[in-house]
Amino acid sequence: MSKFKKDGKRKTPGISTASLPDIVFMLLFFFMVATVMREVTLVVKVYAPEASEVQKLEDKSLVSFIYVGKPVQHLKAKYGDDDRIQLNDAFGEVNQVGDFISISIEQIAEYKRKQHIVSMKVDEDARMGIVTDVKQELRKANALKINYSTRKATAVAE
Amino acid sequence: MIRETPEINAGSMADIAFLLLIFFLVTTTMDVDSGIVRKLPPPIDPNAPIPDVNKRNVYTVLINSSDMLLVNGEIGDLKYLRRNVKEFLTPHVPDNANFPSTEEVEVDFIGKYNKSKGIVSMQNDRGTSYKTYISVQNELAAAVRELRDELSKQYFGMDFNTLLKTDEDKAKSIQEAVPMAISEAEPANFGGTK
Repeated sequence: MSKFKKDGKRKTPGISTASLPDIVFMLLFFFMVATVMREVTLVVKVYAPEASEVQKLEDKSLVSFIYVGKPVQHLKAKYGDDDRIQLNDAFGEVNQVGDFISISIEQIAEYKRKQHIVSMKVDEDARMGIVTDVKQELRKANALKINYSTRKATAVAE
Repeated sequence: MIRETPEINAGSMADIAFLLLIFFLVTTTMDVDSGIVRKLPPPIDPNAPIPDVNKRNVYTVLINSSDMLLVNGEIGDLKYLRRNVKEFLTPHVPDNANFPSTEEVEVDFIGKYNKSKGIVSMQNDRGTSYKTYISVQNELAAAVRELRDELSKQYFGMDFNTLLKTDEDKAKSIQEAVPMAISEAEPANFGGTK
């Protein structure tokens, strides 16, 4: 009788999922823009120490990475349990650091070469001996700007 | 009669997009690399004369292979390192024999400034752990940064990092007045090897 009386036969309409792809694409584009492709497979375990006085590495193309740490679990049997150096995708020796640096400097545009920086990603349990050897090689190769990669820790308030 | 063309079913579009999304999630890293920036000294000429540095101008920090600190000949603690280094590097006028000597220099934007001649010399053992090394480096860097902050607040009314973003020339003069006076000696083997 009344205007508002229900039909009884009406079903609730299904929610349209047509805009779902749009939402997902939006997420996809966000991740594509905000992220960098993983370039190297780590063969050493690196858990960086904490520090508060950090600076960001601005331009990734100017940075060469040197990793130092113990070999990852599945390579331990083959390579032992001592600290090793990783250059690019494979284990390297101290005397290869110089070559590695000169090759990576050559890949940088000439006018930017002065800004070349070496990022040392060293495991917090590594001993300074091997790190020092690498540093001496870097000095010889004249790659003097280095960055000790660290995890960000909040500065202790005084 | 015009036949209506059937619409293409776009229901699986979401699935495809999700697949791509998950692929990118897995293959990418989001971490912003950051760390402590240091400048290595250029390779030394073995014939170069050893620079003559007054003993009172040098603050030595040694780390042995058991990660213990020896600060100016006494057992040191990481907790007090920052405060002590800061005190050491603060220019003391008039001259105080317990602290490094100062030198009056002319700095842009600041004018005449008594610059401390103090140097922190750091040496570590080959067996020192990287973690300890970084925390000492961090404390030393923090001490210098705090000194720069103070000077920057005094002259330009903002802390050093803000100044660095707003006025690079002024930041340079702060850097000139408070240099990052940290020197690293070649590592030795003291306190046993590991």
